[in-house]
Amino acid sequence: MGLKAGALSLVIFLFFLGIWHATTVTPARSGGALTEYEQLMGKSAGKQDGLPTPAQMGSAVKKHLSDPFYDNGPNDKGIGIQLAYSLMRVGAGFLLAALVAIPVGFFIGMSPLLYRALNPFIQVLKPISPLAWMPLALYTIKDSATSSIFVIFICSIWPMLINTAYGVASVRRDWLNVARTLEVGVFRKAFQVVLPAAAPTIMTGMRISMGIAWLVIVAAEMLVGGTGIGYFVWNEWNNLSLTNVIFAILMIGVVGMVLDLMFGVLQKFVTYVE
Amino acid sequence: MTEVRKLYDANTDLSSPCGCGRHRTQHEHDHDARNDANSNDAQVLGSQAIESAMVRALFPADGMRRRFLKAVGANTAMAAIASVLPIGAMQALAQDKRPLEKKDLKIGFIPITCATPLILAHPLRYYAAEGLNVEVIKTAGWALIRDKVLNKEYDASHFLAPMPIAITMGVGSNAQPMNVATIQNINGQAITLANKHKNSRDPKQWKGFRFAVPFEFSIHNFLLRYYVAEHGLDPDKDIQIRVVPPPEMVANLRAGNIDGYLGPDPFNQRAVFEEVGFIHLLTKELWDGHPCCSFGAPTAFIKEAPNSFAALFRAVLKGAALARDPKNRKTIAESIAPANYLNQPVSVLEQVLTGRYADGLGNVKNDPSRIDFDPFPWYTMATWILSQMKRWGYIKGDVRWKDLTEQVYLLTDARRHMAALGHKPPAENHKKIIVMGKVFDHNAPDAYVASFAIKRV
Repeated sequence: MGLKAGALSLVIFLFFLGIWHATTVTPARSGGALTEYEQLMGKSAGKQDGLPTPAQMGSAVKKHLSDPFYDNGPNDKGIGIQLAYSLMRVGAGFLLAALVAIPVGFFIGMSPLLYRALNPFIQVLKPISPLAWMPLALYTIKDSATSSIFVIFICSIWPMLINTAYGVASVRRDWLNVARTLEVGVFRKAFQVVLPAAAPTIMTGMRISMGIAWLVIVAAEMLVGGTGIGYFVWNEWNNLSLTNVIFAILMIGVVGMVLDLMFGVLQKFVTYVE
Repeated sequence: MTEVRKLYDANTDLSSPCGCGRHRTQHEHDHDARNDANSNDAQVLGSQAIESAMVRALFPADGMRRRFLKAVGANTAMAAIASVLPIGAMQALAQDKRPLEKKDLKIGFIPITCATPLILAHPLRYYAAEGLNVEVIKTAGWALIRDKVLNKEYDASHFLAPMPIAITMGVGSNAQPMNVATIQNINGQAITLANKHKNSRDPKQWKGFRFAVPFEFSIHNFLLRYYVAEHGLDPDKDIQIRVVPPPEMVANLRAGNIDGYLGPDPFNQRAVFEEVGFIHLLTKELWDGHPCCSFGAPTAFIKEAPNSFAALFRAVLKGAALARDPKNRKTIAESIAPANYLNQPVSVLEQVLTGRYADGLGNVKNDPSRIDFDPFPWYTMATWILSQMKRWGYIKGDVRWKDLTEQVYLLTDARRHMAALGHKPPAENHKKIIVMGKVFDHNAPDAYVASFAIKRV
C-alpha cells in the first residue's frame, strides 16, 4: 500500500513537472543582431519572461541550497540564515503564547464562571487578522523586531487558549469524582488528573497555533522587512524574480511540514487510550 | 580671541616649539591644554591652533611674518589671510574630527536609485573612513521608514524630501523635529503608464484612472497632483491616487491594479524592461531640478551625536559627489545592483543612471540629466513643498514658511561641509524654481497657493 502510494505520488509529480515544462519552455530566439532598443529591453541577456522552467527552477534550488549560510551584509543573507531568523521569531512568539495561554486556559477550563465571563473577549479578539495588529504594535512597542514577535504571540495564543480551556473543562466527571473521593490536593489533581487527561487537546491547540504562527511570520516579515523568509520573498518580489519566490514558497512549505510533523510526534506521546 | 590676535601681532614670537605658539616648550603647552580642556575652552583652542598653524605655514620664518604685519597692519593681514584660506571651514572640519559619540549606526533606505549617494558610501567605505560602522538597511516602505526613525531604530535615514517637514509639523504622524542634511537626488522620477494606455497620452483622457505614488508626503504626489490639475483634472475627484511602496509598483501595474504611477526609478525603467508599461514623461519635463529624496535624521540625534552626524554628513556628500560624475555612472549601476542594495538587473540601473534608455514605445532616448545627485538643500525647495502641502489641504491655517524651511533644511551645515570637502557649494540660499512654466516666488508663497484654480485651501 505504502509502496503503491509512493509510486503514485511520484507519477503525479512527474506529470506535474511535464506540464510545467511544456507550458513554460519558450522557443529559442531566432538569430540576427539585436537593435539597441532590443538590447535595452534585455532581449540579449536571456531575460526570463514569466514563469521559470523546471530546469531553471532546479538550478536555482541547487544554487540556494549549496550555500545556505552566506552573509553579504544586512540585506542579503543565505536562505538558511533567513529561515533561522523566521524560526527564531516564531519560536519566541509561540513560547510566550504557550506560557500565557496554557495556564490561563487551565484556569478558565477549571472555572465555568471564568469561562463564561472571558468568552466574549476571546471571541472578539480571536478572528482579528494578525497583521491588523501590526501598525498598533509598531506604534506602541516602538520596535519592529519585537512587534513581529508580538504579532506571532497574539495570533498563536487563541487556539491554545481555547483548546486548553476546552480540554480541561471536558475531563471526564468520573475521574474528577474519583480524585475527590481519594481526597487528593488541588495541585495533585491539576497535574496528575486534569493535565494528562487534557494533554491531547492542548497539544492539538499547540499544533494549530504553530501552523498559524508559521503562516503569519511570512506576512509579518514582508511588512516589516529586515530579515527572515518573508523578507526574502519581498526582496525577490521587488526584483520580480519568480524563480526565487517559488523557491521561497517551497522552503516555507517544507519547514511548515517539518514543524507540523514535530508536533505530530509530540501528540503521540500524550495520547492515551481510554 | 586675544590668542588669535597674538598671531597677527608684529611683536610676538611664534617660533616656539609648541603647537599653539604660546609656550616655550611642548610640555608647558600640554600642561595648559589640560587645564584648558577642563575649563571647557577646548573648542576655541582647537580653532586657534588651526589658525596659528596656518599663519605659521604661510610665514615659515617668523621674521617675515613680523615684517609683513608691520607693513600692512594687523587687521588688513587678518582679512587678507581669511579671504584666501577657508579658515572657518577648516576649523569646522577639525572640530568635526573630534571623537564620535556613536559609532555603530543604522541607516534605513528604500531600494531605489534616489538612494545612490547614501548607498554608495557603504561599498566605497566612506562611512568606514569616518570611523563609523554603518549598516544600511533595506526597508519595505516609507511608512515603515517613518516609524522606524520615530522609534529610534534608525539613527538617520533616506527620506522623501517632504517627509522631514511633515514629521516636524506632526502631519501624518506624531510631531518630532527632523532635519534634512542633504538632498539625495534631483529629477530621476517618471510617469509610467500601463501599455494599454499607449493611445491615451493626453491627461484629459485620464478621468477615472488609478495612480500610485510612493507616499502621501512625497514630491511624487505633489507633482502628479500639479500635473493633472494643470490639465484640468481634480486629483481628489477625477482620478484616484493610492499609496504603493515603490518595489510593489511594477507588480501592481502588471496585475492591472493601477493604470500608472508617478514613481521613483528604477521602477519606471523596470516596467519598460518587463514590457508592462511605458514612460509617459520624465518628471524633469515638469520641473527640471526638482528634489526627490533626502538624507536626514531626527534633530534629537543630531544634538546627541553632533560629531557622528557630521561624519555621516561628509560620507554622504562624498557619495553624492562621486555619483554626480557622468563617467562613474556605469560602474555605479554595477555596484548598487546586487541583492544587498537594489536587487535589480544592471541593465535597468544603467539606463536610469546614464540616461540612455528605452521608453517602452519603441524609441531609444538619450537624456544624461535624467537623474542627478545635487546634494544642496535649497530653502526654496522646502518652501515649494510646503506650498503644495498647503494647496492640497495637508496643512491648514497660516504657515510659518521661513521658520519651518530654515529649521528643517540644514542648508548652512551642508554648505560648510561641502566647502570643507572642496565641493564648491553655491553662495545663495534660494534658487529659481519653474514648475510647468510657472515661476515660484519663495517670498510670496501664499499668493502662489492662491493663484491655482484647483486647490483645497
